[in-house]
Amino acid sequence: MGKPMLKKLSFLFVILFSPHVWAVLDIEITGGAVGEHPIAIVPFSWEVKTRGLATDVSGILSSDLSRTGKFALADESKFQERPHHGDEVDFEKWRSLGVESLVVGRVRPGSNGNYQIQFQLFDVYKRPEASDGGPAEPEYKLKQVIGYSLPSSAQDLRRTAHYMSDLIYEALTGEKGIFTTRIAYVTVKSQAKKKSYELQIADMDGHNPFTVLKSHEPIMSPSWSPDARQLAYVTFENKKSQIYVQQVDTGKRTLVSTIRGVNSAPSWSPDGKQLALTLSRDGNLELYTMKLSTRKLRRLTRNSAIDTEAVWAPDGKSIAFVSDRSGRPQIYRVSANGGRAERITFLGNYNSRPAFSPDGKKITMVHGNPEGYHIAILDIESGVMDILTDGQLDESPSFAPNGSTILYATASGKRGILSAVSSDGKVKQRLVLQQGDVREPSWAPYRK
Amino acid sequence: MLKKLLLAVFIYSFILAGCSTTGEKTDGASVEDRGSDSSATSDSANTTGLPGVGTFKGDPLDNPASPLATRVIYFDYDSSEITPEFQEVILAHGQYLAEHQATSITLTGHTDERGSREYNIGLGEQRAQSVRRMLLFQGAADRQVEVVSYGEEKPVAEGHDESSYSQNRRVEIVYKR
Repeated sequence: MGKPMLKKLSFLFVILFSPHVWAVLDIEITGGAVGEHPIAIVPFSWEVKTRGLATDVSGILSSDLSRTGKFALADESKFQERPHHGDEVDFEKWRSLGVESLVVGRVRPGSNGNYQIQFQLFDVYKRPEASDGGPAEPEYKLKQVIGYSLPSSAQDLRRTAHYMSDLIYEALTGEKGIFTTRIAYVTVKSQAKKKSYELQIADMDGHNPFTVLKSHEPIMSPSWSPDARQLAYVTFENKKSQIYVQQVDTGKRTLVSTIRGVNSAPSWSPDGKQLALTLSRDGNLELYTMKLSTRKLRRLTRNSAIDTEAVWAPDGKSIAFVSDRSGRPQIYRVSANGGRAERITFLGNYNSRPAFSPDGKKITMVHGNPEGYHIAILDIESGVMDILTDGQLDESPSFAPNGSTILYATASGKRGILSAVSSDGKVKQRLVLQQGDVREPSWAPYRK
Repeated sequence: MLKKLLLAVFIYSFILAGCSTTGEKTDGASVEDRGSDSSATSDSANTTGLPGVGTFKGDPLDNPASPLATRVIYFDYDSSEITPEFQEVILAHGQYLAEHQATSITLTGHTDERGSREYNIGLGEQRAQSVRRMLLFQGAADRQVEVVSYGEEKPVAEGHDESSYSQNRRVEIVYKR
């Protein structure tokens, strides 16, 4: 146990009821250590009549938790019993399997043709508190960590299952889960010489992809607003770069920048009131901030070099960006009010596309060296940089909103695919779309 | 419209010239003399050179032998410097634009796929701007030259190797007609 091993696990989920779902993603854990926390998830009983196949609720829990790299899932074939409620559990049987945590549950009929999912998480080793002399509680009640009964429509079963994963993950790690968050990315398909670009939003595991913009010209740099309700992006649909802000729920969008030259690299301030962006209106690429309410621009940099890819620090006080003012692209940091920029990367001669960790202590980036372009992580205070991936063309890293995982794009053969790596570099996984190229993933913040 | 008319006149005169040659032939004149050096003219017949033969009378933009026929400028890795081999080409385009103030162009800047996409938008912009500056220096007007950087988004070669990369690091000169 604990020995790093190359593990190829493939989870394929069948989704029903949802007519717009077309691309089932194949998630592969391509490498990493087995997690340390032993947990057993008993397949839930399905106590409803269904048309077609049932959504594998407990399978989704298993997949979510195992992909974090923090858990060792007990082998189902070794289970000595298959309880669906706490009162059916013989905890001794689970202790003998070396399991610390146990999840049981069932899917039952709910009101109005909906489902009701009951589940319980147990600490198998939890000892009862000293008795106060009252009537003895059943053992399972003493060992229960959390227990919920959640209503769900048939359509929302996957999402409800992810929500359960969030609850279990937070109860066991103390860290907020990310299983109900979403990602945005750009897909490219070639059809008879013409290219078709789509901006899509999907669940964080790649399921339920939904196209929010389609164009025959490139779409770039999707950037989530801090409340995850808007996306800023760059399109070339009018044969030049322009920046739009689109409402995720309604699809309504507003053109916010279409100045002569480059309009690119939008990024939101943490209060959602401003965008940082790159313009070339003064003859060279410079960073600006734009107040969205007035569209008033404020210039941040003055330099004959390329200055671009601005990202706001989570505290809103500073902005990290890329500049080749030293001759090669490196990452710099400047006060959000402008002023003197300070260089913060010194390893190698190609560092670009910075993204802050949610706590603002780290920056992930694309690091180029003679072997290729990899995803790296910099601890800002110590200046220590770790290279997390070994692809040839890794790009566009972004942090999950709890900081645990970094999502990025990479090339697999001739195709672009999405991959994720844990922030400590230990767990790696791939999200493979069944057709076309996927690029520029951006992990949404928690929805507010 | 005017251009089409000129072309029609040009073709028509060519046909006429062809007819007159046939006419000369029936007169028994030496065909070899046609269009040759005037010193070889004999007294028995008057020869005339076919106007336009050997030189290009259309728009120089359409002349495949002109440096203007080159519409793609290639660059070295992570560089926006114009290499000497393309200077003549850019000078020719600059002079043409200076002489044809009604003509305008778009310069599209491109890069290979390595590195980050937004940095490559910057690099594509700088490449196109280097070409633009040279064109303006030759007398092209600012309003004649538009610049769009596509970065790595529009490769012409899709491979992941240097032979593809070198074709993708480019600025395209697109005439609007």
